[in-house]
Amino acid sequence: MTANINWLRYSSPATFYPLAGRLAPWFFIAAALFTAAGIYVGFFVAPTDFQQGEAYRIIFIHVPAAWMSMFLYIIMAFWAGVGLAFNTRLSSMMASALAPTGAVMTFIALWTGALWGKPMWGAWWVWDARLTSELILLFLYLGFMSLQAAIDDTRRADKAGAVIALVGVVNVPIIYFSVKWWNTLHQGASVSLTRSPSMASTMLVGMLLMALAVWMYSIAATLLRVRCIILERERNSEWIGQLPELRQ
Amino acid sequence: MKWGSASAFLTMGGYAGYVWGSYGVAALCIALEVALLAARHRRLRRELRGG
Repeated sequence: MTANINWLRYSSPATFYPLAGRLAPWFFIAAALFTAAGIYVGFFVAPTDFQQGEAYRIIFIHVPAAWMSMFLYIIMAFWAGVGLAFNTRLSSMMASALAPTGAVMTFIALWTGALWGKPMWGAWWVWDARLTSELILLFLYLGFMSLQAAIDDTRRADKAGAVIALVGVVNVPIIYFSVKWWNTLHQGASVSLTRSPSMASTMLVGMLLMALAVWMYSIAATLLRVRCIILERERNSEWIGQLPELRQ
Repeated sequence: MKWGSASAFLTMGGYAGYVWGSYGVAALCIALEVALLAARHRRLRRELRGG
């Protein structure tokens, strides 16, 4: 009965560091493959939209980035909360590692949304519920990052960050349901769990492939960043000096 | 192929700036994030090897 893997073992930075290093390249490769497939389906298979012409092709980057921006925030808040409750070092490091990638996804969602809004609505930006709550998400990510950067003591920085992260979680359902709760310019959800999607199936396939690509990329980037954070925070511990990549 | 010619593809039915501006900036953000992460890890390895 030696096949029993001790998963708790991986909650230690010393064992997670090399594991993250081995996994990250595979997630980058998967991200590249899904991106290639998603771009192919999105640009060469999916038909022209009868209302929006070719402009709608922004959807293949806009929606996956927007989904990911909300999802990463929830995972970040989850790890920050676990770190706050159990004082586990790696959980707080995961939260810090997720924030910049979440901010990048939020920025991409806002940017591509502006470039899509201009030709379709005639405005780069409107202060409606969906757009405003997504902008608040960007400020939550940036607030979390700058608060952590401003506090020297990492334990206190983790705690303060966790409070922002957990309070800010309330914004995620607001973003998601904003198109239902308020009268907004932004269109409603194209894909939902309760009814069939309101788009051509090749469009949907392209969007899901790009969503997978964004997933794989976010995992890869987070793994690379958590490796940096581990080195920064554990630089004085003995195991760091024994890493093969640091000896020679 | 769906697009008759390369130029039809590039003009995106008149929305080239919007479509390529979206994908271009997204690609730039991703490239920048990866480059910054690689540089950060390289710098840490150098510091820790030296110190």
